[in-house]
Amino acid sequence: MVGGDAAHATAEAVARRSYGKLLAFLAARTRDVAAAEDALADAFAAALAAWPAHGVPDRPEAWLITVARRRAIDTIRRRQSGDAAAGHVRLLAEELAAAEEDAVSIPDHRLALMFACAHPGLDPAIRAPLILQTVLGFDAATIASAFLVAPAAMGQRLVRAKGRIRHAGIPFGLPAREDLPARLDAVLAAIYAVYAEGWTDPAGTETRRRNLAEEGIWLGRLVAALLPEAPEALGLLALMLHAEARRAARRDAEGNYVPLAEQDPACWDAAMIDEAEMLLRRASAGGAIGRYQLEAAVQSAHAARRLTGRTDWAAIAQLYDALAALTGSPVVAINRAVAVAETHGPAAGLAALDALEGDARLAEYQPYWAARAGLLARTGGTQAAQRAYDLAIGLEPDPAVRRFLQRRRAELGPGG
Amino acid sequence: MKYMLLIYNNEAAMEEISKADEEKTIAAYGAYTEAMTKAGVLVVANRLRPTSMASTVRVANGKTEVLNGPYAETREQLGGFYMIEVPDLDGALAWAARCPGAAYGTIEVRPIWAM
Repeated sequence: MVGGDAAHATAEAVARRSYGKLLAFLAARTRDVAAAEDALADAFAAALAAWPAHGVPDRPEAWLITVARRRAIDTIRRRQSGDAAAGHVRLLAEELAAAEEDAVSIPDHRLALMFACAHPGLDPAIRAPLILQTVLGFDAATIASAFLVAPAAMGQRLVRAKGRIRHAGIPFGLPAREDLPARLDAVLAAIYAVYAEGWTDPAGTETRRRNLAEEGIWLGRLVAALLPEAPEALGLLALMLHAEARRAARRDAEGNYVPLAEQDPACWDAAMIDEAEMLLRRASAGGAIGRYQLEAAVQSAHAARRLTGRTDWAAIAQLYDALAALTGSPVVAINRAVAVAETHGPAAGLAALDALEGDARLAEYQPYWAARAGLLARTGGTQAAQRAYDLAIGLEPDPAVRRFLQRRRAELGPGG
Repeated sequence: MKYMLLIYNNEAAMEEISKADEEKTIAAYGAYTEAMTKAGVLVVANRLRPTSMASTVRVANGKTEVLNGPYAETREQLGGFYMIEVPDLDGALAWAARCPGAAYGTIEVRPIWAM
């Protein structure tokens, strides 16, 4: 069954490449994402039945759209009667006709779909899962396992969010010009959340997590391609590529954690770094600085070590100053303190960390305690350093990082 | 789509504002209503008498009970509403943000359930 395998492979390739485009097109006018998903699932099932027997059609996407539309019309006819159904069916039939006429180029509404999924009318926590489901076709169980949520709960939250898009009238489209920066920020934050979930598996041994990092970059490329004039979209893609370039270098051959400062630049992915640098240059030409460009610039400064052999901590501290002014984030402040310690000594870095004391969000934040422990150790505050290491070790979920922190603590000598 | 903009504010605080401030508020609402009419989005709008004028009715075991006062004692009370027709939620949110009451109270935006 070579033909069958080929048809199967084509269906999978189309699903992979075009799922979000087809779904966005199907849902754009009715805003009924759930019905569009059902119709598209039926169409893929029909393709798997028909293509092996009759061959792959010339334009697989148009074939799928046509079948999905017919399924959607049948469903509405079955479910509703009277005027309401007539109106809905007419809307779908018009689209069916338009799709058949214009089968060569199905318009790309994916950006509109992403703006709907990241709309301020939706809970921020559901935006990234919703984008994974609608743009990439992930099922609820896969998304739930990636975000460490029970599958039934994730399924319910996705259903509720789709209900809100439909019934609250959340628009499919580009936001008004004055709203665009804030709305784009929400889309980028959702994409970065997808990437960050994938980043937490440094060794890449958990396939579902590594895939999420790749999908995050894929979504970043999509937005950068659809909004090439948006500097922050380019900045986010540059940031993710810089992080991804160092994925392999974060572990040595024995699986031990290697901190950034001790990584061998030869283990970094040079092609990814080059692409990130090119994107960052293009972004800065836009003349509108933002959070993702600044974070990418920090990563760029670290990556410069592959050429210069040293790290320009003064430049990094300056970038963190700008980020702190922009975001007010305590996480940024910790990184800034570490950079200050490299330029002005550990006591100055410790003083910067002391200024954060009392921020309740940091009590359970491992990097705060790890940074504190490292600086205390360098200023000779051995006992305080040991206590800070204990907290950092207790808060760290990654066994390799835990072992690294335990080694550092042991180097301080016994006691504590 | 049709939406209700439900205007909630603190009645007690509103009763204590000066005559001049009250006139300013009424003028702001007049301008807001006028702008909605010009834009062709207004379906219907009205101000409500305070909750001290409210009566509450429920039927329990076939017996009608009438109570004086509002359904629930809350910090802010429903003081008026606008029903508007706009293309989508973004349109409704933009009008809600322009409502004079949004500056000192809360506007709840609810889509109309079309029958």
